[in-house]
Amino acid sequence: MNSSDAVVIAGLNVRRERTDVLRDIDLHVPTGQVVGLLGPSGSGKTTLMRAIIGSQRTASGTIQVFGQAAGHRALRREIGYMAQSAAIYDDLTVEQNLDYFRRVLGSPRADVERVIAEVGLDSVQRNLASKLSGGQRSRVSLGIALLGRPRLLVLDEPTVGLDPLLRKELWGLFARLAASGTTLLVSSHVMDEARRCDRLLLVREGRIIADDTPDGLLKATGASDHDEAFLVLLERAAKEAAA
Amino acid sequence: MTPRLTLATAGRVLAQIRHDPRTIGMLLVVPALLIGLLAWIFDDTPVFETAGPAMLGLFPFIVMFLITSITTLRERRSGTLERLLVMPLGKGDFIGGYALAFGLLAVLQAIVAVAYAVWVCGLEVEGSVWLLILVAVMNGLLGTMLGLLASAFATTEFQVVQFMPVFVAPQILLGGIFLPRDQMPEVLEAISNWLPLSYSIDALNTVTTDADATGEVLVDVAIVAAFAVGALVLAALTLRRRTA
Repeated sequence: MNSSDAVVIAGLNVRRERTDVLRDIDLHVPTGQVVGLLGPSGSGKTTLMRAIIGSQRTASGTIQVFGQAAGHRALRREIGYMAQSAAIYDDLTVEQNLDYFRRVLGSPRADVERVIAEVGLDSVQRNLASKLSGGQRSRVSLGIALLGRPRLLVLDEPTVGLDPLLRKELWGLFARLAASGTTLLVSSHVMDEARRCDRLLLVREGRIIADDTPDGLLKATGASDHDEAFLVLLERAAKEAAA
Repeated sequence: MTPRLTLATAGRVLAQIRHDPRTIGMLLVVPALLIGLLAWIFDDTPVFETAGPAMLGLFPFIVMFLITSITTLRERRSGTLERLLVMPLGKGDFIGGYALAFGLLAVLQAIVAVAYAVWVCGLEVEGSVWLLILVAVMNGLLGTMLGLLASAFATTEFQVVQFMPVFVAPQILLGGIFLPRDQMPEVLEAISNWLPLSYSIDALNTVTTDADATGEVLVDVAIVAAFAVGALVLAALTLRRRTA
């Protein structure tokens, strides 16, 4: 194991009601990088993320996060997780949502203000979460993941439903966080977000079919953009599976 | 369990309810109004004196069961529970927070309902009014714990609402309101001995009819509390950090 890796997975299998959701996953996520997790919906991205945060029951394999087994008590302050659906309390205000999770983490009160500014929710911080737009709700959820400055951020489709400007701002935030040493694993199905990542993992039907840098992927496939590169890789994998 | 986290969770649950004044209003007023209705229906009969005390235990039980099972189901479905369980929050803090918050609401509800029954409807209480309130609150806590437990077995709101008759109706029928328990068929009496509501209805009847039975009432309250703790332990087992 390389000590510069935040996450190391070996031989991971996840089965759900007799179907294999993840198959023989081996991967590592280097510290301080933004790693994109890409793939068609239903390919197992969310399951892989839940396995890393320790809330997914696994069939076999090992998952190490900062040298500890995933789900270890010591990791509960080190990982910020944002699920695909906004896991927030609709009947609390933005501020109250953040403040409750801040208390659970035991981080300082000033954290709430910092996070509200980072995700750009200053103007609605006293509004009830149920009155917010879909994009605002998912930013509250992202804000909760940022509380307590975790060393690893696991973000499941954080930019879905956001306009291009906001999306750009958030990717700027991710890059700043990575520059300060935070490791980010970000799933997306918007391929143009791929080029903003340091490294890309492509998932198809529960297997990792590519693990490379954005430039490396273009070279390996001879494609001109990532959209095309992924199509090439997906078709290649489909052919191999059929053969 | 950490007091700081339990209190934070209780505060959060109360803040959620504070944003829903209609629920608070119904919680506090509806039991009193229904008790008033019962007193009115049986105006010139002794029925209110015998059935009234049991009502004071039923309402907190039913209401807290419903509210808790629905809110915890929402926590499970919205992903907030999963989020909390990967954070440094103990299962005891989660359950304790709910027990504290809904326990407080049960206290307020019991005070309003008992005050209305005693001073407006003229329910005669031989024992201590505070003891009556204590039994009512214990029933609310029992409802909260059973609600937490029931939410684990429901995947939709429709299911969880239907757990209410499953958990509650048999306890009401066998609890001794319609017929004293010792006059029921033997099998049913034996079953009723294993239902917590039987003990709280006993306790409520004892407080209202006997001035010197505090000890007896406290034994009943302790039995109901033991059931609540049992439900709490089972509910804690259903909170899994890892799920399929």
